[in-house]
Amino acid sequence: MKRLSEWKFTSKEFAQIPEKFASGHRACAGCGPAIVLRLVMKATRGPTIATNATGCMEVVSTIYPYTAWNIPWIHTAFETAAANASGIESALKILKKKGRIKDEHVDVVAFAGDGGTFDIGFQALSGAVERGHDFLYVLYDNEAYMNTGIQRSGGTPHGAATTTSPAGKVIQGKAEHKKPIADIMVAHEMPYVATANIAYWKDLVVKARKGMEVNGPAFLHTFAPCPRGWRSETEKTVEIARLAVETCVFPLWEAEYGEYKLSPQSKVIALKPDRKKPVEIYLKTQRRFKHLFKPENKHILEKIQSEVDRRWQKLLKACEIA
Amino acid sequence: MAKVEQKTVPLNGDAAVAYAAKQCDVDVVAAYPITPQTIIVEKFSEYVADGEVDTAFVCVESEHTAMTCSITASATGARTFTATASAGLALMHEMLGVASGCRAPIVMAIANRALSAPINIHCDHSDSMAERDMGWIQIYAENSQEAYDSLIQAFKIAENLDVMLPTMVGLDGFVLSHTLENVNVLPDEAVKKFVGIRQVPQVMNHEGKLVPFKLDPENPLTIGPLDLHDYYFEHKRQQEEAMRNALDVIKEVHDEYAEQSGRSYGNGLVEAYRLDDAEIAVVCIGSTAGTVKTVVDELRENGIKAGLLRIRSFRPLPVKDIVSNLSGKKAITVLDRACSFGGNGGPLFHEIRHAVYDLSDRPKLVNRIYGLGGRDMPPDLIDGIYKELQTIAKTGQIKDTVQFIGLRE
Repeated sequence: MKRLSEWKFTSKEFAQIPEKFASGHRACAGCGPAIVLRLVMKATRGPTIATNATGCMEVVSTIYPYTAWNIPWIHTAFETAAANASGIESALKILKKKGRIKDEHVDVVAFAGDGGTFDIGFQALSGAVERGHDFLYVLYDNEAYMNTGIQRSGGTPHGAATTTSPAGKVIQGKAEHKKPIADIMVAHEMPYVATANIAYWKDLVVKARKGMEVNGPAFLHTFAPCPRGWRSETEKTVEIARLAVETCVFPLWEAEYGEYKLSPQSKVIALKPDRKKPVEIYLKTQRRFKHLFKPENKHILEKIQSEVDRRWQKLLKACEIA
Repeated sequence: MAKVEQKTVPLNGDAAVAYAAKQCDVDVVAAYPITPQTIIVEKFSEYVADGEVDTAFVCVESEHTAMTCSITASATGARTFTATASAGLALMHEMLGVASGCRAPIVMAIANRALSAPINIHCDHSDSMAERDMGWIQIYAENSQEAYDSLIQAFKIAENLDVMLPTMVGLDGFVLSHTLENVNVLPDEAVKKFVGIRQVPQVMNHEGKLVPFKLDPENPLTIGPLDLHDYYFEHKRQQEEAMRNALDVIKEVHDEYAEQSGRSYGNGLVEAYRLDDAEIAVVCIGSTAGTVKTVVDELRENGIKAGLLRIRSFRPLPVKDIVSNLSGKKAITVLDRACSFGGNGGPLFHEIRHAVYDLSDRPKLVNRIYGLGGRDMPPDLIDGIYKELQTIAKTGQIKDTVQFIGLRE
């Protein structure tokens, strides 16, 4: 089993790694989460078992009797991705000890969307991390309950219109800011937490591999646009994801045992602040923010920008770049 | 006569269950404390801490996760045990259906306790009766000895390849869970041999290949997929088939165990007590049967033909055994320690009255709901039930079909 430090690959070599999350699944055109799953599955280092929370990725990949999974995979419920991983990891450990299964390391990877992570699955996630199970938890964040038809979650950003936080006559989309889920996971003093983005695929796969290699729980927060829910163009998914990093809406970093470190894509902006793009450029690509561009909603745009700036400064401080 | 020499240990019901689980070489225990089940988790933790078991003990943050961990550990091929009660079982509700739907042969002990509100920690059957339709086998014990015996049997029933269904063993909260009793225990080796090592069936994967039904990197399988109108119904039908198979398996496992231990409980599905020539009978579940037996003995001494039918397996429901045992009786009282609010009687009453409906000489049936929230069921109350049955048998007249007994009205 190669260590991460020995894992060198060219784009061509990476493309040739056999797909464990195969094509033929029924995700929409331009689906960000499907890209996350494909990349993470290509980053596996050996025998792997995957589990999914209920959500788009579970639904599109396993319509019985078909499956997109070339590895063992299980789904139980919405709020259970981390609990699923806990049970699998515990069983593997003891069955190996008793000699009932092959004596080899098996990685356990759990996937869940923002609803299954920020909201309904948070307790199970926090518990699994506290118990120290050895697994990688991959959050594919498309910022709303997309599988049920675009409802707001704890991961939905301020101002975004969803079907349960619509832009109406008196309320202009979601009134609250996004929960800083990755920071909350860092506060668990866990071995590894990182943010990643489908626009920077090499960074994403290296972080995924790192998450598998650390001994204990790892949390990977991936940013994954949803054209249906974001009312964005399907061919712009990756471009929009990149803008989220360039505007510091979704900075890239990693934290080992609570020690924050900016990833190169965000560090460039930290060192050369003039490269930091205004949030409006990002918001304009998505019609879920369309109402914010009415003259009377200017203050909301300003509020979003100031919150992005505040969190960015806080991150820089945590990374000791001030 | 028992084939195996046993020792007598003073154990309460919970400790007896934990002792049985320890002897069954369980691979994974994921559990959470709740009264009156907590002793099971505590005892098992001691076994783990003292190195007496080879078990991955996952001390989870909720019962919901206890059940979820049990499901995926079971799907990985592990023998899995957990325990809960009342609100804990209610919190598991969603996952109970997933466990049976994923055909995970988990064994779970339930120290039966009332549901909130108002909050009450004492015995009734509201918790497990509310899970009646979740696809779990439900076996209820009369005493701690039976709780011990049933738990061992449960692994062999649940893991039977023709069954593959999760199984719960109910023991009455406090009445059994916290009451010291002399329990005869089998030697470790005898139990280990009896339950054996868990086997998994072969199933067809998406490529049409036969593979072991578990999460195995060498034979990838997708478990718990999206299953729509074209296949879901067939999968549910298979669960019903497994329940039907369980009727025979419960009896077989019970008989095999009886041969080893010298202890039997009717035919494993129901236990008839002085019922053959009885004219009047009580039907009940759990520890109350012990008190009913004492009353029956007294009545018999006075020449009254009274009997008892105890339902040991509530799911699957042994309809044939119920019908054959109750055929020819004049009057029957079904005792329910749970209430179906707004319904026509308690859950056991529904089943029993339904089962005997097709008898040409069907008995007169009444339902008495008793003991909610741990309210005592003393012998004189049971005596009153038999007195009323004598009147019903004589007159053929029923005043109230469903009544609450032993409370202020």
